[in-house]
Amino acid sequence: MRIGLFVPCFIDAFYPDVGVATLELLERLGCEVDYPFDQTCCGQPMVNAGCHPEAAATEQLFVDNFANYDVIVAPSGSCVHQIRDNLTAIEQTPAVKHVRENTYELVEYLHDVLNVTEFPWARFEHRVGYHDSCNTLRNLGHGHPSELHGKPFSKPRALLKNIAGLELVDIDRPDECCGFGGTFSVTEPEVSAQMGRDKIADHGRAGAEYIVSADSSCLMHQSGCAARIGASIRFKHIAEILNGSPA
Amino acid sequence: MSNRADIIAAVRAAKPAIDAPAPTVPSYDEAYPQDQGGLAALFAERLGIMGGTWHAPTANQSVDDALREALADKLGEPLAADVVIASHVPEVTGNRKIEGNAEDLHDIDIAVLRARFGVAETGSVCFTEAELTVNAVAYLAQHLVVLLDPAEIVTNLHRAYQRHDTTTARYTVFHTGPSATADIEGVLVRGAQGVRSLTVIPAAE
Amino acid sequence: MSTPDPQATIQSAKATREAQPRPAKAADGKRVDHAKSAKQFLNAPEHAKSHDTRVWAMRTKRDKQAHAIEEWEELRELASQIKTHTLAHLDTYLEQFADNAEANGVHVHWAKDAAEHNRIVHEIFTDHGVKSVIKSKSMLMEECGFRHYMDGVGIEIVETDLGERIQQLDGEDPSHIVVPPVHKMRSDVAQLFAEKLGSDPDNDDAHYLAGAQRDATRPLILEADAGMTGANFAVAETGGFVVCTNEGNADLSANVPNLHVASIGIEKLVPRVEDMGVFIRLLSRSALGSPITQYTSHFRAPKDGGEMHVVLVDNGRSKRLGMDKFWSSLKCIRCGACMNTCPVYRRSGGLSYGATYAGPLGLILNPSFDLHRYSNLPFASTLNGSCTNVCPVKINIHEQIFGWRQVLAEEGHLPWTKKTALTAAGKVLASPKGYRAAIKATNSALKHLPRWALYNRMNAWGEGRDMPNPPENGTFHDWYRRNRLNKSAQASNQANNQTDNGGDA
Repeated sequence: MRIGLFVPCFIDAFYPDVGVATLELLERLGCEVDYPFDQTCCGQPMVNAGCHPEAAATEQLFVDNFANYDVIVAPSGSCVHQIRDNLTAIEQTPAVKHVRENTYELVEYLHDVLNVTEFPWARFEHRVGYHDSCNTLRNLGHGHPSELHGKPFSKPRALLKNIAGLELVDIDRPDECCGFGGTFSVTEPEVSAQMGRDKIADHGRAGAEYIVSADSSCLMHQSGCAARIGASIRFKHIAEILNGSPA
Repeated sequence: MSNRADIIAAVRAAKPAIDAPAPTVPSYDEAYPQDQGGLAALFAERLGIMGGTWHAPTANQSVDDALREALADKLGEPLAADVVIASHVPEVTGNRKIEGNAEDLHDIDIAVLRARFGVAETGSVCFTEAELTVNAVAYLAQHLVVLLDPAEIVTNLHRAYQRHDTTTARYTVFHTGPSATADIEGVLVRGAQGVRSLTVIPAAE
Repeated sequence: MSTPDPQATIQSAKATREAQPRPAKAADGKRVDHAKSAKQFLNAPEHAKSHDTRVWAMRTKRDKQAHAIEEWEELRELASQIKTHTLAHLDTYLEQFADNAEANGVHVHWAKDAAEHNRIVHEIFTDHGVKSVIKSKSMLMEECGFRHYMDGVGIEIVETDLGERIQQLDGEDPSHIVVPPVHKMRSDVAQLFAEKLGSDPDNDDAHYLAGAQRDATRPLILEADAGMTGANFAVAETGGFVVCTNEGNADLSANVPNLHVASIGIEKLVPRVEDMGVFIRLLSRSALGSPITQYTSHFRAPKDGGEMHVVLVDNGRSKRLGMDKFWSSLKCIRCGACMNTCPVYRRSGGLSYGATYAGPLGLILNPSFDLHRYSNLPFASTLNGSCTNVCPVKINIHEQIFGWRQVLAEEGHLPWTKKTALTAAGKVLASPKGYRAAIKATNSALKHLPRWALYNRMNAWGEGRDMPNPPENGTFHDWYRRNRLNKSAQASNQANNQTDNGGDA
């Protein structure tokens, strides 16, 4: 079982530690992981704005890089949603279908496929507010959205409960969007920033020292808002927590 | 009119070609109280949530006396002689007939009607033009008092719509508590355009 | 009198002095600029906060209802299926409805568009010598610009719904389909009523203000020549229609005058009486979080001595029915739950959408009315998907918003700057070397450019946020090359048939 590791463009550029943590974590768990060096992006920036033909070449490059892997794992809910559900600008060949059907986001891979329950190398003695990104929550089924009737569950929290010292806090609006929204963050900057500040304030009221998420794009947006208003709350991707990266 | 033919033709040409049968609608009332007393208690509770009042007569108390007791905090006790009461039920003697034009009924303080049936799920009571006589009376009066036979309380709205009052009556309405609005900063105001209070007095028919 | 609400005491001393934000309306032919209007709204922070709090409260009340009903998700599925079935057979059900209504003694008219609706109603009024009309809320009539038309021909229209009356007196459109003045604070209403109704400008108690409107409107109701309503549902089986209100104002409008005219969109059809159980159980719970509206009224035939007219209106609905990706938007029962949950709507206010319909519903309906004018609206969304989950008829709203973006891009409605940037991005991201060079340049810029160069009007990201910091030790590619590439290069690159490994980054 060979895993192709996909490190999304903005993680590659701004949060390489998340990619490192993902790779090291999967290896710790006994996986054989490759990183196709010529990977770039899943096509989301263009597709999110409605520009599908403009994404075709990027989507094709993605498939070319990953077609020969059994599974593809990425530490990004939004990218995995794009690949699984919206990689449609190119002809749907068997290779494309294989890639789309075998791409996993990191948390779901750990929870559903590897069934990991322990992270003995990890310790994080802080109060954590977990941020369910809209992509992981509603498009990838990481947890139960509060607006639906049904039994609550949460894959990322199930994993985080096994991290020594980590205390999860609850916020007032647990799954309200933080305001990143891809192209939205620049087409509607005021509303986007207001949503970001509201989200940070909510975590602040709950006493969170860290906001942790499976989507770095959300964290990039929230940390940008926090820096602008001088909020002291800090941000970490769940891969780093699970891999035992220090605070 | 050719407009009908044109619009129907446009709809026919555009409608999605999918196999979509009409689903069967279950009744969803297995968990409701099976006994009349339990159902009436649930009705009373739900009515209260919607701002209405359940006022059961005490033993040997007449409906008329129960009504006066129920409205004492709103209209004074004893009820002044000039309070205009329009009653369409034999249990209560009014001083006004419900008849004529709607506009003529604008000075009614209390309208007393019998409901056709009640719905426990929501605390709703049902009227048609038969119970109302002049439909507008139930909206122009300041206060509404409703007699409801507890044996005529159905479990939920599915059961209410399995009846076919709306198929035969010209006008059928479910009242659930008094008139209300929360349009101004979300503050709940009772007695918006319609009645300021709705009181249900259980009374067998 | 009802028990006074302790929160609603006279509080003119503490009342906000912040002026009500009023977004400018886009001129004819121009695009609505939602982002600009949203900014204006947010620049009135007390109003913005009050709005978000109030509307979120409607979402939480709705959640309580949904969680308390075991069969909630089944009800949504049933409602969705009933509407799908109806729309797939809409021609049959429309004819059944109209035939039954006429057999009941109701006059049925058909209007292809807004102009025809207004003309038909005008003619009915002229035939009956109608000079004053009372009406209850109807988004369809808003769509048709009905009040504006009637102003033009000198027939007085009085809104009886408190919220709609507030907006009418203020010369403003409704900002929410269920709670029209949700963007106003109580002091705004106090000021307005003082001006228009002669009430006390320093008394912003909601009970007092509602009472002022009740007293002012009652004589108008009693004197009106005709009453108009919309309809939430039209039942094919009986030829009757259903109107849901909390104030009872539709019942006043329909039952006091002897002439009742109802404007009904052709998508409002449901097949059978028993289907109504599903919809009535879902509607008010979804809209306001209350089990049912205070009044649920079913009109099948005119009262004794009365006359009833129904105007069935198309106005683009049959066209939308033929749109493969968007026809299911016709299932909408106008509950407003999507607006209540939408984080963008709550922070920008309904008037920022510059159209009859705001929020997620507006994003998927308005472009079908005018693609150019509303071309920005589908981008006023983060695609978070909560709207889809609260929709009682399970419209895939966020997917349709995404679908409209594609339509706009294909039909050339994206701003030139955006299209160019995305085309360029598409090329860079398709080239491994080009991509790695671009990342290097970006991080270099972030590291070396002064703040004024990074943060200026050209940088939309930087308006409310700081840029991310360039990583100390380079990109992931850099890390991988330093720590792993020589060890695994041969194996993985052979497997992937790559001829150029580890070039420039």
